[in-house]
Amino acid sequence: MEAEIREIRDHISRHPPFDGLTDDLLDEVAGAVEITYFKAGTTISERDGPVQALSYIRSGAVEVYLHNGRLHNRLGEGDIFGQLDLLRGRQVRFPVQAIEDTLLYRIPKPVFDRLCATDDDFADFVELSGSRLKSTVEQSLRNNDMIATPVRRLISRLPVMIEESATAQEAARLMTENDVSSVLLIKPCADEDTEGAFTDAEGRPWLLTGMITDKDLRQRIVAEGASAQTPLSSIGHGWVITIQSNESVNEAMLTLLRNNIQRLPILHRRRPVGVVYLSDIVRYETNNSAYLVNNIFNRTSVKSLARLTPEVRASFVRLADQGATSRMIGGAMSSVGRSLMRRLVELAEADLGPPPIPYCFMVHGSLARNDQSITTDQDNAMVLHDAFDPKHHDDYFRELAQRVSDGLNACGYPYCKGDVMATNDAWRQPLARWKRYFSDWIASPDPQRLLHSSIFFDLDAVHGEEHFVEELQDLIAARAKASPRFLAALARNALGRTPPLGFFRTFVLEQDGRHNNSINIKRRGIAPLNDVIRVHALGVGSRAQNGFERLDEITAAGALPAGQTDKLSYALEFLSIVRMRHQAQEIKDDREPSNAIQPERVSDSERHNLKEAFQVVNNAQNFLRFRYPSPGR
Amino acid sequence: MIFSAREQQRLPSWAEYFARQAEVCKTPALERFYAAGVPAEGRPIGDVPLVALDFETTGMDPREHAIVSIGLVPFDLRVIRPSAGRYWVVKPPQSLTEESIAFHRITHSEVEHAPPIAAILDDLLSELADRLVVVHYRHIERPFLDAAVMANHGEHCLFPLIDTMALEARWERQGRLRGLKRLFGIQPASIRLADSRARYGLPHYSSHHAKVDAMATAELFQAQMARHFTPETPVSDLWM
Repeated sequence: MEAEIREIRDHISRHPPFDGLTDDLLDEVAGAVEITYFKAGTTISERDGPVQALSYIRSGAVEVYLHNGRLHNRLGEGDIFGQLDLLRGRQVRFPVQAIEDTLLYRIPKPVFDRLCATDDDFADFVELSGSRLKSTVEQSLRNNDMIATPVRRLISRLPVMIEESATAQEAARLMTENDVSSVLLIKPCADEDTEGAFTDAEGRPWLLTGMITDKDLRQRIVAEGASAQTPLSSIGHGWVITIQSNESVNEAMLTLLRNNIQRLPILHRRRPVGVVYLSDIVRYETNNSAYLVNNIFNRTSVKSLARLTPEVRASFVRLADQGATSRMIGGAMSSVGRSLMRRLVELAEADLGPPPIPYCFMVHGSLARNDQSITTDQDNAMVLHDAFDPKHHDDYFRELAQRVSDGLNACGYPYCKGDVMATNDAWRQPLARWKRYFSDWIASPDPQRLLHSSIFFDLDAVHGEEHFVEELQDLIAARAKASPRFLAALARNALGRTPPLGFFRTFVLEQDGRHNNSINIKRRGIAPLNDVIRVHALGVGSRAQNGFERLDEITAAGALPAGQTDKLSYALEFLSIVRMRHQAQEIKDDREPSNAIQPERVSDSERHNLKEAFQVVNNAQNFLRFRYPSPGR
Repeated sequence: MIFSAREQQRLPSWAEYFARQAEVCKTPALERFYAAGVPAEGRPIGDVPLVALDFETTGMDPREHAIVSIGLVPFDLRVIRPSAGRYWVVKPPQSLTEESIAFHRITHSEVEHAPPIAAILDDLLSELADRLVVVHYRHIERPFLDAAVMANHGEHCLFPLIDTMALEARWERQGRLRGLKRLFGIQPASIRLADSRARYGLPHYSSHHAKVDAMATAELFQAQMARHFTPETPVSDLWM
């Protein structure tokens, strides 16, 4: 190969999509390159002009415009343009202008066509939005064991079962014979049509009614001096949390962590097929967020809980390094956050005594959405029983709220700047008052109420009377859906924070062409996307809190055009995982994790996908305007 | 005035020179080269097929030194086609000095196995025919090629060419502020190929190679034309 072709080849081989080409294809491309120089300010391709080649920027910079004349993109050394025009036909759709003196390599159409035909990655790269983001996200899902592997793979033996009419002694004997620490309780039922019924090998119908563990026998029988002949039905809980065999290992882990349990019966449809233990999963996956949650519940003081902060961070970094998805990391971190909070409440209650009336500690924001990352402030509130009498009860709850809030702050969840905390009197109210709050916000929205709605309408129970929060979720789901005016106002509110256009060299490129040195990926990408998703979710009356789950329900309700929710879901996953990976890197570099991303720390392929994700957010915001118009207009 | 008028009379135009040479030259390759002619003086540069030419030589003096490698790249103001170009290593009559080997990164064995220039002259001339030659620094390629043709065929090979270094000197070394700049001791800007290219935002090429330099010269000329001229500029304003 001649030296000048090598010069060309060396340069293009460092930039996507050429960096993935085989040597032979690279040679072919370099050998076919034609070169043209453009002075700054000159037009490179005019709308409707012919396109015969893919353009590669060897030096300089260009701007690409939309047909309405708005800036579409700014490109620099190593970037390409013209691929869409080449794929669609031969006419220029997006005019291009040199903004600096620019030297272009032109790759003739026949060579471009051959590249698309022979190299799938190249074809994916040039074939526009969605497809690349989609393939990147799907790739990472495929590569991830915990999500790809169904939990049934962890089953090593059939479940040991016993009729609940049997005695504690019979159960203990069975457990000893089989060397297991738990048995499933079953009882016969009328026929297989009974709700929840499964049939055994002989065709007899049974119901799963619970599970008995070593600990139950110890606590309920031995410690209390109860008879070994006590029937199991009187020690069992009458119900049990289960998981379907085709759910992922990750889902099983999250279920265990969320419920703070050690064992989880696995069902195939309704038939128990095994029991998965937390230790199985820990063994399966070296990540130790499971250990961590265990550890949290063993701590007996705020101080010792606060000492776990480095471990929380280490667990976060490990998950990010192992290629976990944002959903997994978010789920794991949320479990940790909830466990911490629950433990803080338990410690406070142990000290202050039992609560005078029932109540529920609820959370908002990322903890409610189950997408918590590593830097996050606390958003919480308290729903009290309607028997609440401030004179008699509030001292207790104020003190409880204060202790939990201080504890969270000590554990690395700083106080909420917007004062969305149970320590705020306004957010420590009886259920009826909360219902009135929410009803008023929906019935007559104003800027302040809309802001509250976007915070409080992501809500979940963390400790106490979960049904209080469920009632609130029900109220929101029913009322918001039926209030076009509220939805329109919330939709308008969701357009306040816009994404940037993308990156240009070491800058963030704004929609109006300005440059910034860094971008807050949460504020400019993830939060606006969550805002959009929340509006759609409320629009279809969804009770889901997690962004991905909301998207599933929005899809099921047919509220968005086909394919739209997929794009939103890919964009949400990508923006979230980029944020988490950058935070993990910051922790590894001994810097404080943040939401700011500097373009120079963004790889070429990340740039491409981020630009696409921002585009998705932008389109989703535009669609929202159209989908929820202000009534009467 | 009279002197210059006589001078002009004495010097034929390039078109006349080519027409006469096409008749008198006995070497077929040269005859064809000249018969292809030159663009009319008023022809816009944007219409003219060009070829960037670069030689690597053992020294600066065509009477003492020899050509070691030749690179050429055809182009015009719209597009440069490196892959349509040519490159030859040729074996000089005298042995290559160590110094020039290091500079050119052409090895002894490469040169040992290379053909003598006589073997590629016809090819070279047919590549240049019908194209206006563009070089950076006109005192190498034309005199060395003329000397080589003379040595092999006993006939001259002269042609108009565009010198990107001379063009660069027009605005970097001349102009109204030149005297003033010198007065203040401001160094004149370098008009070497790499430095000239940098002024137009053209990339740096690492290799010292006749064809890379030919490509680099073609890019520089496109840049010069884009910044200082128009495609309608008559060739006679540019060639020498």
